[in-house]
Amino acid sequence: MSKLNRKNVWTITTKDIGLFIKKKWILYSALILPLIISIGLPIIVWYIVNHRAVPIQLLFPVFTAFSFFFIILSAIIPTVIASYSFVGEKTEKTLEPLLATPTTDDEILLGKSLAAFLPVILMIFLSAVIFMVLMDIFTFAKVGYLFFPNWIFVIIILLDTPLACVMSIELSVIISSRVNDIRSAQQLASVVLVPFLLLYLLTEFSVITIDVNTMLIIAGILALIDIFLFLISRALFRREEILTKWK
Amino acid sequence: MIKIENLTKRFGNLIAVDNLSLQIEEGEVFGLLGPNGAGKTTTIRILCSLISKTSGTAILNGLSIDNKKDCLEIRKTIGLLPENVGLYEGLSAYKNLDFFAKLYQCPENERKERIEYYLKMLDLWGKKDVTVGTFSKGMKQKLAIARTLVHEPKILFMDEPTANLDPEATKMVRDFILDLKKEKRTIFLNTHMLDEAERICDRVGILNTHLIAIGSPDELRRSLWGKKTVVMVDAVTDRILKGIKSLGFEKIVIDNNKMTIDVNDPHHDNPSIIRTIQDAGGQIQTISDLVPSLEDVYLKEIRRNE
Repeated sequence: MSKLNRKNVWTITTKDIGLFIKKKWILYSALILPLIISIGLPIIVWYIVNHRAVPIQLLFPVFTAFSFFFIILSAIIPTVIASYSFVGEKTEKTLEPLLATPTTDDEILLGKSLAAFLPVILMIFLSAVIFMVLMDIFTFAKVGYLFFPNWIFVIIILLDTPLACVMSIELSVIISSRVNDIRSAQQLASVVLVPFLLLYLLTEFSVITIDVNTMLIIAGILALIDIFLFLISRALFRREEILTKWK
Repeated sequence: MIKIENLTKRFGNLIAVDNLSLQIEEGEVFGLLGPNGAGKTTTIRILCSLISKTSGTAILNGLSIDNKKDCLEIRKTIGLLPENVGLYEGLSAYKNLDFFAKLYQCPENERKERIEYYLKMLDLWGKKDVTVGTFSKGMKQKLAIARTLVHEPKILFMDEPTANLDPEATKMVRDFILDLKKEKRTIFLNTHMLDEAERICDRVGILNTHLIAIGSPDELRRSLWGKKTVVMVDAVTDRILKGIKSLGFEKIVIDNNKMTIDVNDPHHDNPSIIRTIQDAGGQIQTISDLVPSLEDVYLKEIRRNE
């Protein structure tokens, strides 16, 4: 890999983030889901705890399962942003002037990937904090201690969500090289959700349990998938490929 | 400034550029003419080190497109105006230029000065904070030109700079290119607007995957079209034709009472043609040299090579 010029990377990242902020639909897509998860789920818990006679210990697996939603969030939101970032350059025909600048392919790829990664991960961290605080407020009286943070949640937020986010971005890059409109790119990239939903269902049916080891194994698998997808996306994100083979 | 030697680009079995060789001097405005699919854009993309060549080489400002390190340097010293303006419509005019100036590593104080200079020069300073999406085509083209210049490149590549512009915007862009010519910038222009090439370019090349002809518009007219004398007479008779042919001018095209005669030297040949017509009883209404346009030359050469 040629030496990266960090200034170039950051210039591309900030430009893309500036464009996202102006696109209301991207902004709303990035904000609404995390808010629903971080505020909506604790409200449901509050209702169950206060209005249903359910022993609190029975709810512990549910609390933990809720944590899993943050991985799903981190996989779905980047598809919206990354698809716009890459396909948007194609549809607005801004790629050629960008490629004509003295930047390397890796700088452009990294700059654009960071533009999708940073806002999403920031949003995830913020919503995770809101989620933890609300959950603890609503459950402390019954549980008797602060349920969050716990090791499972820490691994999910600090390891699994960034890795899922990277996977989603890399998949979006690959899809962006083959489609010409943002909606199609987003729809195709949403296949990234399938394995996570499957995992969630497996936990619901107690086929696997959400514990520290499971979350670490998931992180390891995600890291391997990320490396594999990175190699493909990097091979596709070459100037010549983009100008002559990208649709 | 630009030296291209035997440059060839293939896409699978398709030859996009075939064995192109040419040299462009510093401060020259060179126009590459050719129909769609002739390889003009591919040539520019290779020279800008955006795509690789299949064989041959090119050296720009002493930097070779064969050397990976040089490619990055080449992109620092050139400015590319692609066929599609490619501006970020969600950003303001100023932010568009600022983004590109940063990528060209212009120092901050110079960056501000240059952006202001070019926006003022192109009458866009008043709209510097306006989102580009609201601009007219002409304004976008002006801004794209400013983007091409903001890092003060030594060589400018312009791919169809007036395509899809209205006459007013076209004139503005052409005038601006002429101003750049006065600044002695080297400009490589792709166009199929022949009047544009004729007005702007010092030399032109006609490309149809391979280079068909190269020279100044005047040279091409002279060397490829030949010299022709057009004579309008009251009536073209056999006696007149016989007389002219006896002078050694075999190629005569007749259109009603107009004769177009291929001559060697109009100054020398026209008096004898006049005498012969008069001796044959013809009355000359007008006589003139036929000056072909670059378009005539271009069409003739393209058809001849098809």
